[in-house]
Amino acid sequence: MSEHRHQDPPSPMALRVKALETLLVERGVVDPEAVDAILDVYEHQVGPHNGARVVARAWTDPAFRERLREDATAAIGELGFLGMQGEHMVALENTERVHNVVVCTLCSCYPWSVLGLPPAWYKSHAYRSRVVMEPRAVLREFGLDVPEEVEVRVWDSTAELRYLVVPRRPAGTDHLDEEALAALVTRDSMVGTAVLPDVDGGTGT
Amino acid sequence: MTRTGSDVSLEPGRPFDEPWQAEAFALAVQLHRQGVFSWSEWSATLGAEIAKLEAVGDEDYFRCWLNAVETLVARKGLASQDELAGIAAAWADAYRDTPHGEPVRLGRPAP
Repeated sequence: MSEHRHQDPPSPMALRVKALETLLVERGVVDPEAVDAILDVYEHQVGPHNGARVVARAWTDPAFRERLREDATAAIGELGFLGMQGEHMVALENTERVHNVVVCTLCSCYPWSVLGLPPAWYKSHAYRSRVVMEPRAVLREFGLDVPEEVEVRVWDSTAELRYLVVPRRPAGTDHLDEEALAALVTRDSMVGTAVLPDVDGGTGT
Repeated sequence: MTRTGSDVSLEPGRPFDEPWQAEAFALAVQLHRQGVFSWSEWSATLGAEIAKLEAVGDEDYFRCWLNAVETLVARKGLASQDELAGIAAAWADAYRDTPHGEPVRLGRPAP
C-alpha cells in the first residue's frame, strides 16, 4: 500500500491570486516575468532611502531646491526616481511656521518612487479618517508635539498627485555632506508624522 | 534618539506579510502598465473596496486590494468572478490530489 501524504491547499486568498495569475497569463494579458520584475523593484529597490536623497540634495543644493519647488516631478526625476503611475509629485517644505503632513483619505496613494510602499498605519482607517479632522492630536500620538504657533497643513493625496514632505534640516549638521545628511532623514519625517531631531555636533561629547 | 509611535526605521522593511499580498500587488501594477486600467480608476476601485470592508469593521488592506483587482479584471472582461472561482477550486483540488513532494499541476481541460 502506498501512503501518499497529499498537500494542503494554500489559503483561500492565495488561491484567488493563483486563479487570477493562471487566467491572466493563459490569456496573454500579463507576462509572469514582468510581474516578478515589479516585485523585485518594490521589495528590494525603492524605499525611503530614495526620498532621503532628495531631501539631502534640497538641503545642500539651493538650485536643486528651487527646481524641486518649481517642478518636483522633474527634479526628483533628475535623481532617477520616476513615478510608475504617471503621477505628479509635489514637494512640501516644512518651515518655522508650517508643518506639513500627508494622507490619502480615499485609499493609500503614496509617493512610491521616493518612499517605497506605505507602512500599515498610513493605510489604517484611524489615520485616514482622523488626521484631517484633528491633525495635532494624531501627530501627538506619533510623539510629535507641534507648537501652537506652527500651522499644520494636511495634504490629501490622489492617484494623480503625490506629496513628499521636506523636513527641516536638523541643527548641528553644518559639517555633514549630502550622504551623511541623507542617513538622518527618516520615512516618517517625509510623510510629516515626525520631525528630525537636532544633532549634537562638534563638542565631541 | 527619540522614536515616534510608529516604525521610524529608514529600512523599507517587509511591505508584505504573505507572498500572495506581494503577488496581488504586482498584478495590479502590471495590469495598469499594460493599459488595462488607469491609476485613477484603480484608486477609485480600491477606495470603494476599502470603504465596503470598513463599513463592516474589516481592515484587511490586501483583501481589499485583491477584491479591487478581481473587480477590475471582471469589469474589463478579462475573467469573470465565476471563472476565477472555478480555477481557484481546481487549484485547491490539485493540491489535495498531488502527493507530497511532487509539483502541483492544474488538472483541467484547456478552456
